[in-house]
Amino acid sequence: MITRLNATQELEGLRQQILASRNQDTLRITVCCGTGCIAQGAKKVVEAFKRELSAQNVNAEVAELKETGCHGFCEQGPIVVIRPQDIFYKKVQVEDVPKIVARTIINGEVMERLLYSVPGNKKEKCTQESQIPFYAKQERVVFKNNAYIDPTSIEDYIAVGGYASLVKVLTTLQSQQVIDTIIDSGLRGRGGGGFPTGWKWQSSKDAAGDIKFVVCNCDEGDPGAFMDRSIMEGNPHLVLEGMLIAAYAVGNVSEAYIYIRNEYPYALKHAYKAIEDAKAYGLLGDNILSTGFNLDIKICRGGGAFVCGESTALMASIEGKVGEPRAKYVHTSEKGLWGRPTVLNNVETLANVPVIFEKGVEWYKSIGTEGSKGTKVFALVGKVNNTGLVEVPMGISLREVIMDIGGGVPNKKQFKAVQTGGPSGGCLPESKLDLAVDFDELTKNGSMMGSGAMVVMDERNCMVDTARYFIEFLEEESCGKCTPCREGLRAIRNILMDICSGKAELEDIDRLEKLCLAVTEGSLCQLGGTAANPVLSSLKYFRSEYEEHITNKYCRAGVCKDLIAFYIKDNCPGCVLCYKACPTWAIIYNGKGVPVTLIQDKCTKCGACLDVCNLDALEVRSVYDNR
Amino acid sequence: MSKQVEALDMQEVLAKVNPVLEKHGYDDGMLVGILQDVQAQFNYLPREALIAVAQRLGIALSRVFSVATFFKAFSLTPRGRHQLQVCMGTACHVRGAARILEKFETQIGIKAGQTSEDMKYTLETVGCVGACALGPLVVLDNEFEGHLTVDKIEPILERLD
Amino acid sequence: MITVNINGKDYSAEKDETVLAVAKRNFIYIPTFCHNEAVADYGSCRICMVEIWTKKGKNKLVTACLFPVEDGLKVETNNERVLFIRKNIAELLLAKCPASAEVAEIAAQLGVYETKYRIEKDGNKCILCALCTRVCDEVVGRKAISLVNRGINREVAIPFYDNAAACIACGSCVYICPTNAITMTDKDGIRTITMPNCEMKFALRKCNSCGREWIPEKQVKYFLSSAPGLTIEEFDLCQSCRK
Repeated sequence: MITRLNATQELEGLRQQILASRNQDTLRITVCCGTGCIAQGAKKVVEAFKRELSAQNVNAEVAELKETGCHGFCEQGPIVVIRPQDIFYKKVQVEDVPKIVARTIINGEVMERLLYSVPGNKKEKCTQESQIPFYAKQERVVFKNNAYIDPTSIEDYIAVGGYASLVKVLTTLQSQQVIDTIIDSGLRGRGGGGFPTGWKWQSSKDAAGDIKFVVCNCDEGDPGAFMDRSIMEGNPHLVLEGMLIAAYAVGNVSEAYIYIRNEYPYALKHAYKAIEDAKAYGLLGDNILSTGFNLDIKICRGGGAFVCGESTALMASIEGKVGEPRAKYVHTSEKGLWGRPTVLNNVETLANVPVIFEKGVEWYKSIGTEGSKGTKVFALVGKVNNTGLVEVPMGISLREVIMDIGGGVPNKKQFKAVQTGGPSGGCLPESKLDLAVDFDELTKNGSMMGSGAMVVMDERNCMVDTARYFIEFLEEESCGKCTPCREGLRAIRNILMDICSGKAELEDIDRLEKLCLAVTEGSLCQLGGTAANPVLSSLKYFRSEYEEHITNKYCRAGVCKDLIAFYIKDNCPGCVLCYKACPTWAIIYNGKGVPVTLIQDKCTKCGACLDVCNLDALEVRSVYDNR
Repeated sequence: MSKQVEALDMQEVLAKVNPVLEKHGYDDGMLVGILQDVQAQFNYLPREALIAVAQRLGIALSRVFSVATFFKAFSLTPRGRHQLQVCMGTACHVRGAARILEKFETQIGIKAGQTSEDMKYTLETVGCVGACALGPLVVLDNEFEGHLTVDKIEPILERLD
Repeated sequence: MITVNINGKDYSAEKDETVLAVAKRNFIYIPTFCHNEAVADYGSCRICMVEIWTKKGKNKLVTACLFPVEDGLKVETNNERVLFIRKNIAELLLAKCPASAEVAEIAAQLGVYETKYRIEKDGNKCILCALCTRVCDEVVGRKAISLVNRGINREVAIPFYDNAAACIACGSCVYICPTNAITMTDKDGIRTITMPNCEMKFALRKCNSCGREWIPEKQVKYFLSSAPGLTIEEFDLCQSCRK
């Protein structure tokens, strides 16, 4: 069916042909099939739509069903948007589908019940996506087409202008001009470090060698981040186009790799399909669009190792070796994969590239701050009402992201901290909420952009426990090559565990700080080099919580089990919420209006009661407190 | 915990390993992917299969063993009929993943990383699976079970055969 | 020729030499564990860290064994920042290898006599410097042993902890180990090589003249297979009985 494009100008012809074949009046039912929505039943909803459309005799001219990539608002999944009206239905279940087809598709009615309403204001319904506060403050640049196109259809991508940037680059720009454009755009690596992308390309271009590589990092091991997966799942051709432009700019690149986590089945599937289709159209492979430019893209599946986010470890893994980093006294842009100059960019970085050529450098530079241009996608997760992926302009404040877009902290709990940058980042307190989010501001304040995880924590999260969580994660993920990281993280974890269990002394905090410094300075790669950040930043902003654990043997969040016991307060009205939540029958119901009784012997201190109680009727005390 | 594994017949092993190597063009650079596909064939990485991979690719067995023990995705012992992967990503952690894991451990009577005596369950932890809105969650035989609370775990396990 | 300044004095060096090589040639002591001229440098133990300043204004800590010198490079091998890292590493290694005299010796040079950190395994001597696996790969060419598992569970082992098929019992790993974590004994016709987590036994060949068990049979077999001119008879006599 697919005919190969044999000249650059044929792409626009193909686009016109695709557009002409599509009826403008056809309704498009887009069902979000990102992993989050699939997990909540999106595929079943798709099947139900297929059944119902045929059962109710709705033909393809009237309505077309489209499985799209992630829309971002995972909290409300499965999401169905009916276009062109952009009617946004949330939490759609299979049972809803017959009615949606009958009422919305056939009769053009909006179903109130499935509309989103702002928490606390049930009456005001949002009909369209753009009315929902979660979307209103976002600026979607790389995510723009995710909610519109079918990621398995290259025609969908071409229809929205896909591969036009590649054609523009191949026909009008020299490779150096491409690099100059990227340098001028101010694009910085979205994978963590924030290194200027153009300079990286320049360094590989300038390095001697007639064989060079481009590698796209979709390993995304950062726990709490999933934007790269969503881009690869939802718009794989955008990434391929970015890789093609990178390869053309660097020169002497005829082979490129995408390194994808094996835990991302849909990202893998869509990437394989995209490569196959792009090849069939002559947009990839030998003599692309008959311009003489060649590029082959291969997929490597990651084996589950956070350390492979480190460029040298990732490249070792592509070479079929253990994912162990080496010292980067010579950069990978000069000596990378198999010792050849290699450009390694992350998915989101590459996804920005075609957009820059499509809309122009000046437009791109108008978004963001002085040092950080463009947008950043964040995974907004944890104790926040609107969990999901948000794309915002650089420079937006943390408060706007968490409170306006994220809708604040649920269940009337108090905001405590936001963790950015994953295991390499840090925790910022309420006083830092007005911080402008960009690469430099976050780093200056002891955290970092990282890959873009933004984990919100409330009063029920213990900061010492959080630090211990990250250190334990890193200890498990450390490759074990160098002493400071391998042995140092173990020692840090031991101290943190002592603090959490009341066995530490105040001097241990100094010891901890010194050790953190030694691990930061002494480690071979950036896993170890940034590993102490979660500890150092929480010591900086939440030192009193550490001291409280040690001196008062008390964990105010009610998390560190060895230190705490729960008590029912006199104001408990016996509402049975905690009674029902308790997994060990430790709470006895004494009748309405009477406080419940908690049997300490049966309590495992899991905290389920504390989570559900919204009347402040439970108290956390130190086990050493003999009141 | 895991049972003594009986030696496999080399001919049978090769029948499964050879097509995988063929698919990857006998490229030792693809070792990680090769081992993933081999594991998909056996549900774990049998000793004989690792030896076959090393021989057929002409690389050292010690390298294959290093790679097989380095990456979290690989298991050198047979895994249970049902695979439970409790997500320990940050979002799940702050929403109480630790007590979900603890409940699974006590309910089945094994620790994370182990397989039950009757080969029914393998319990593992996994980094973020990117379904943070559903946290805390478990990936049960590749399907997500989200919004877990401690009391939902017994019914989930009972449902499995 | 380029000029490098170490601890305030200028030294000439070749481009791409390491800081350690220049220091050694000029009798400037930098402690090392994982460095050995026989194999390529690896940079894992981190005890050789030094502080550098480049002409371009870069200032950082680097491992002397890996960092290539450049013209105008300034190096300090013994300042406060460097010693802070070394002392911490020494202390961490004391906790890792409580039984190693060599670790204790370098720690003592740094003024570190005890560790505050928890000892996880009594009797351990292995610092995971990977000299054994590197010599087996790069010099002997057998790749019989490798580093397995990751992170704190990392250890040196033969495949499956029991498959010594690729090992020729040459003992190179034993000789190169800087902390005596691998040992070898020849007794009753058997050579035993003991690693922290596995043990290998090999039959020895007797000298027809003095009767000494002098070479592992497997090593003989390996020599025979790698040099077609060799015959088995040539291994009848030990080196000392050859006339």
